[in-house]
Amino acid sequence: MTVDSNSNSIGRKYSDILQKTVNSKYKKRIFLNRLVTIFTIVCVIAAIVPLGSILLEVIKNGATAISLEFITQPQGSIGSGNGGVGPAIQGTIIVVGLASLIAAPVGVLAGIYLSEYSKHSTFADLVRFFNDVLTGLPSIVIGIVGYIVIVLSIGSFSVLAGAISLSIIMIPIVVRVTEETLKVVPYSFREAGHSLGISKARITLFIVLPGAKNGILTGIVIAISRIAGETAPLIMTILGTSLFFTGITGPVDALPLRIWRLASQPYESAHAFGWGSALILILMILAMSVGLRYLAQKRAFK
Amino acid sequence: MAIEEPIEEKEVEKRIVQESAEKYKVRIENVNGWYGSKRAIKDVNLNVKEKTVTAFIGPSGCGKTTLLRCLNRMHEMTPGAHADGRVVVDGIDIYDKSIDPVVIRRRIGMVFQKPNPFPTMSIFDNVAAGLRLNGLKNKTIVREIVEESLRNAALWDEVKNEIDKPGMSLSGGQQQRLCIARALAMQPEVLLMDEPTSSLDPIGSSKIEELLRTLKDSVTIIIVTHNMQQAARVSDFTAFMYLGDLIEYGLTNQIFMKPEKELTERYISGKFG
Repeated sequence: MTVDSNSNSIGRKYSDILQKTVNSKYKKRIFLNRLVTIFTIVCVIAAIVPLGSILLEVIKNGATAISLEFITQPQGSIGSGNGGVGPAIQGTIIVVGLASLIAAPVGVLAGIYLSEYSKHSTFADLVRFFNDVLTGLPSIVIGIVGYIVIVLSIGSFSVLAGAISLSIIMIPIVVRVTEETLKVVPYSFREAGHSLGISKARITLFIVLPGAKNGILTGIVIAISRIAGETAPLIMTILGTSLFFTGITGPVDALPLRIWRLASQPYESAHAFGWGSALILILMILAMSVGLRYLAQKRAFK
Repeated sequence: MAIEEPIEEKEVEKRIVQESAEKYKVRIENVNGWYGSKRAIKDVNLNVKEKTVTAFIGPSGCGKTTLLRCLNRMHEMTPGAHADGRVVVDGIDIYDKSIDPVVIRRRIGMVFQKPNPFPTMSIFDNVAAGLRLNGLKNKTIVREIVEESLRNAALWDEVKNEIDKPGMSLSGGQQQRLCIARALAMQPEVLLMDEPTSSLDPIGSSKIEELLRTLKDSVTIIIVTHNMQQAARVSDFTAFMYLGDLIEYGLTNQIFMKPEKELTERYISGKFG
């Protein structure tokens, strides 16, 4: 009886102390909570403002330049303001598309090797190390390598040289993202696959990979966006031309390259074309990103 | 006469071998399980009869899960782990060098502690996964096996109208029965269960226990459990393990009513563990 009342009073004492502490800290906590909330919102704005202002500027200056002629025709005579950037749009699609076709499978398969098959061998550690080095390599260096290895041996600036150079930029990003995403897929799903007597290759391909699909796809989309805006390696590999695609071993134009050339011309009309090209490039990347995700979603469930 | 004698002897020997092969589905002979240099199970010898339920009990860390995982060569999948000794299933040593563990696992199914349906697949696809990914293409047969497996796992009536929903949308108990159906779809001869009810509520647990009693008509079941009442309820044989050693093995009634070893008695009566 006495023990009971004792324990009760102790319980009440603690709850009182607890209540008092909570009450005394309450105002401070509310204040701190608001402060941190405001701080995070300010950070979001700080991150969004430059991005938004660039986008607005590009739309404001570029929208007027865009017309059917602009996206389908080659450039007219310099300074005339006639024609368009058709070859550059076509060239970007071809070069970036080809680069992605090379880099996505190579990158994903290499990522699968590192995550699922390598088991921390020295070789895998080396691959990881050089892959990270490659990620940080200035793109102009990759352009020079493309120039020396491919352009000089073919004897011409070419789509092929451009695509391979861009794929070299893209591969390390895809490898890294694939490896990291696969590692996040819980081991228990692989285990379940093994317990059904499914071969490792099939477990990886049909159970682990679908679980990591969204992450890997995001990585690929980011990598494609990155190479679609690259200029430096293209100067050294595809050169740029005002003509449409002639062949995989011939030179071709690309939007970033065209923007750079237009911006360095003294004519008002060239600058307007440059803004228009920039807007087109942004829209293309947006469409690619949305399109790829939509396709992936559509195939996810019946 | 002199020639016939050895033949007769051989016949007898053969019959004995056959008999014991019929009698015991799984024979565990001097099995050791290692994690690096740590020996987690020590020279375990144990024979499991066909179409019975055998329970492995013992305190945490006694090696019962490790022993279970040695029986379909899943133990060696853990980095740094390996096993030695012989595990003979239907007269075949699954640790023989010529044996591909993938083939073994098709015949010896496993259900894990936590339900782990494949997250990107529907209920139907989960059960069909083992079949399809092992190359069974005939859609009618796949559909039949999926339905039968779900029926055998006592889940069919609950999911037949939403078979294309994600497997993850089910409740925990249903997910575990889905995993059992997935294992059953491979038509295993032996089903290994690693604390299959430990993450389930009492209703989910009792459904799975009920299921075990019907499943043992067709499958040999080996179950690891922390729950001694569960072992007493569902199993025909019980093995008690402690610190990597198999302490006692026998009929469940005998182990629970009249254990031979003092250690077993103390564990069963809750004096330690």
